Amino acid sequence: MTTAPLDLNLRRYMRPLGGGTHLTVWVALALLILLGYLRYDNFLSAYNISSFLGYNSMFVLISVGMCLVIMTGGIDLSVGAVAALASVTAALLSPLGLLVALPAGMLTGLVAGAINAGLIVGLRLPPFMATLATMLAARGTSLVVSDRQAVSVDWSSDFTALGMNKIASILPWTIVVAILVVVVAWYILEKTSLGRTVLAVGGNAEAAHLMGLKTSRALIFVYLFSGACAGLAGVFLASGYGAGQPLEGQGWELAAIAAVVVGGTLLTGGMGSVPATVAGALLFGLVFNLLNFENGLGVISLSAYWQSVIRGAFLLVVILLQVRLARPAAAKA
Amino acid sequence: MTEPLLQMTGIQKAFAGIPALREASLRILPGEVHALVGQNGAGKSTLIKILTGVYRRDAGEVLWQGRPVDLRSPRDAQGVGIATIYQELTLVPQRTVTENIVLGYEPRTRWGAIDWRAADARAREVLSRFGIELDLHRALGSYPTAIQQLVAIGRAASMEAKLLIMDEPTSSLDEREVETLFGVMRALKARGTSILYVSHFLDELFAVCDGVTIMRDGRTVGETRIADTSKLDLIAGMLGRDPDEIRAAGRTQLSTDQTHAGPVFLEAKGLSSDRRLRRLDLEVRAGEIVGLAGLLGSGRTESARAIFGMDKVTGGTLRVGGRDVRLSSPRDAIDAGIAFLTEDRKVEGIIPDLSVRENLTLALLPRLSKMGIVDEARERQIVQGFIKALGIRTADMDQPIRELSGGNQQKVLLGRWLALEPKLLILDEPTRGVDVGAKLEIQSIIAKHVEQGCAVLLISSEFEELIEGAHNIVVLQEGRSVRKLNNPGVTEASLIHAIAEPPDTPHVEAAE
Repeated sequence: MTTAPLDLNLRRYMRPLGGGTHLTVWVALALLILLGYLRYDNFLSAYNISSFLGYNSMFVLISVGMCLVIMTGGIDLSVGAVAALASVTAALLSPLGLLVALPAGMLTGLVAGAINAGLIVGLRLPPFMATLATMLAARGTSLVVSDRQAVSVDWSSDFTALGMNKIASILPWTIVVAILVVVVAWYILEKTSLGRTVLAVGGNAEAAHLMGLKTSRALIFVYLFSGACAGLAGVFLASGYGAGQPLEGQGWELAAIAAVVVGGTLLTGGMGSVPATVAGALLFGLVFNLLNFENGLGVISLSAYWQSVIRGAFLLVVILLQVRLARPAAAKA
Repeated sequence: MTEPLLQMTGIQKAFAGIPALREASLRILPGEVHALVGQNGAGKSTLIKILTGVYRRDAGEVLWQGRPVDLRSPRDAQGVGIATIYQELTLVPQRTVTENIVLGYEPRTRWGAIDWRAADARAREVLSRFGIELDLHRALGSYPTAIQQLVAIGRAASMEAKLLIMDEPTSSLDEREVETLFGVMRALKARGTSILYVSHFLDELFAVCDGVTIMRDGRTVGETRIADTSKLDLIAGMLGRDPDEIRAAGRTQLSTDQTHAGPVFLEAKGLSSDRRLRRLDLEVRAGEIVGLAGLLGSGRTESARAIFGMDKVTGGTLRVGGRDVRLSSPRDAIDAGIAFLTEDRKVEGIIPDLSVRENLTLALLPRLSKMGIVDEARERQIVQGFIKALGIRTADMDQPIRELSGGNQQKVLLGRWLALEPKLLILDEPTRGVDVGAKLEIQSIIAKHVEQGCAVLLISSEFEELIEGAHNIVVLQEGRSVRKLNNPGVTEASLIHAIAEPPDTPHVEAAE
């Protein structure tokens, strides 16, 4: 064991960042950025940074929602389909302007989240089954509503401003909004009794119940939050690409789960870190980004399919590293 | 004298340097039912796990049919003919009775497919030996636990086991089912199978066992024929006391009630629950510790669960603070001023990955937060206070609780409930698995709160703890409160006597 005086402050301030086992992802992220900076000329160009952040703001959002769900020991498979449905909803309402279309997209996500919460808390269905059903229903609904076509947004309204405008022509509005959501999630988790309850439910549901904690409320909250995040990601999608995309978002739920896991959050619940999850989401985005640069050098040419393989390998490596790091602690417990 | 089937001598085993078995021995004759008894932590299960190849022994010798053996895995143990029926069933409830009996040993046809006709025949034969008839093609899980257990035994018997180990087989059975089980055991015995029988229900041993081995603190302290002993002797052996002293204490009349305490805070009358609590009469006053004593399975924890709103109350009345109440959830109980430190720290207590601070304040959160936001400064102040007051040894309050020792985890959990300033604190085995120093500290913390007017309901298997700590002790047997002993005046002998003796009246009113 480490000695007390030094340990004291470290532990207190490390945990919000993700603490010990979450550290891997930060190191990996830093190494990849360093690699990109050294190897590719335009890697840190304003254009690359801004398009990288714009695209990945959607993944940051759904990963953070997923992170809270996983902390309770649950899972939300519906996020990708819900994002697609929300993108269609927002695109259809885009003539009424951003101030209508954005809340409408989020509301779509909230409704999906409420259905998930109802199935899981009310009917006591396993989260995997409940959110799988919602995923299928949301995907079907988005195809019906859009008539299987991409739904073009109203370009004359202010709707596309959110997805396309940038602050100082480098910082996309979407990433700003996503960061706001991240801060809210982090604050709730670290500072409120609701956040404690979320962790307690995931760590030991029986004990949490015995202490009289409002466990149902915590579960309802995380599914609503995840739904809202997915809805918002759908709005970003429609606003950034000029169309509601009923077929987008396939596999997003798995990308989000991967980001959460790489961030060091256990699938069994009870612990985890919002910032480390964000790092995990960015890490995966960066792998894609670097491969594009590598292709650009002309030495190799990897198709998108290969990129997916490499992402999978990367996930395994990071997980293995974490297991190695976590094992001594686990053995003690 | 016949050669023993199994002879284990001088068995030693330590976990991480802490000895679990110091000098254990066990001798089982062919065709006998042999009981293994001892308190929790005496080393029974460790010894059994060494026998079944789950653990490796550190020292000692195991002779099987006179030859030294080294059982390195459960498969080795099965190979020589040792079969185990675990407390939790290990069959496949979704599959049929036949499938479960032949699983892994299915008879084959010439073509290599499973010969279901032969399998059914074998299953029928196995079950008929015990006089049971079942629909072989029904899912095993659709039968009651008792039947499932018999099928598990049948399976073991069909594998020609020479020694069958039964760990608490009757804990979930009713009386008629127990009789059927005993019939099966006698049938097995008649066929020459030996049975090692572990049970906390001492009366059962006299009904079915031939020999008994007593363990205490990792040692075998006695081995005798069951006919040559008595329940009192067994209990004395398990606890390491002199049986004569206990016998002499016999029916000492205990002193009358004294009024050291405040008004009645909790009053249960004829309380029963859906979980083996049949009739509880109990009264706890402010500033008083009431002990709940009884053997395992007597309904001590069930009493606490019913009072704390965890189990469904099916009858009787509960008054808290002078008002009739119906507590249907822990939340209700907490709101009524009741706190419950549960027996199983790991399952019902700690949230392992949260810090000491977070674990300590979880139940207090509603009072610590404004608009849902935790007042962290106040939280740290409160936690610091408890760490100091309870002597919790932790690097700092942000250390994950799983890194603490058992005693310190327990202190955190105690702090969690004390922080609520409860009017009634229910403690279920508060010092189990806690080292001696921490134990004394925990006891003195409790005593201090009682002096300040807190009512305490103390459940403990340690007689010393009850006798020294409790103002009066309610004795439970089979889910009923049968006696009330008042302190001072309770001796270990009189308490054991009260626990072991059958009730003289159906029940004794707790209220005078």
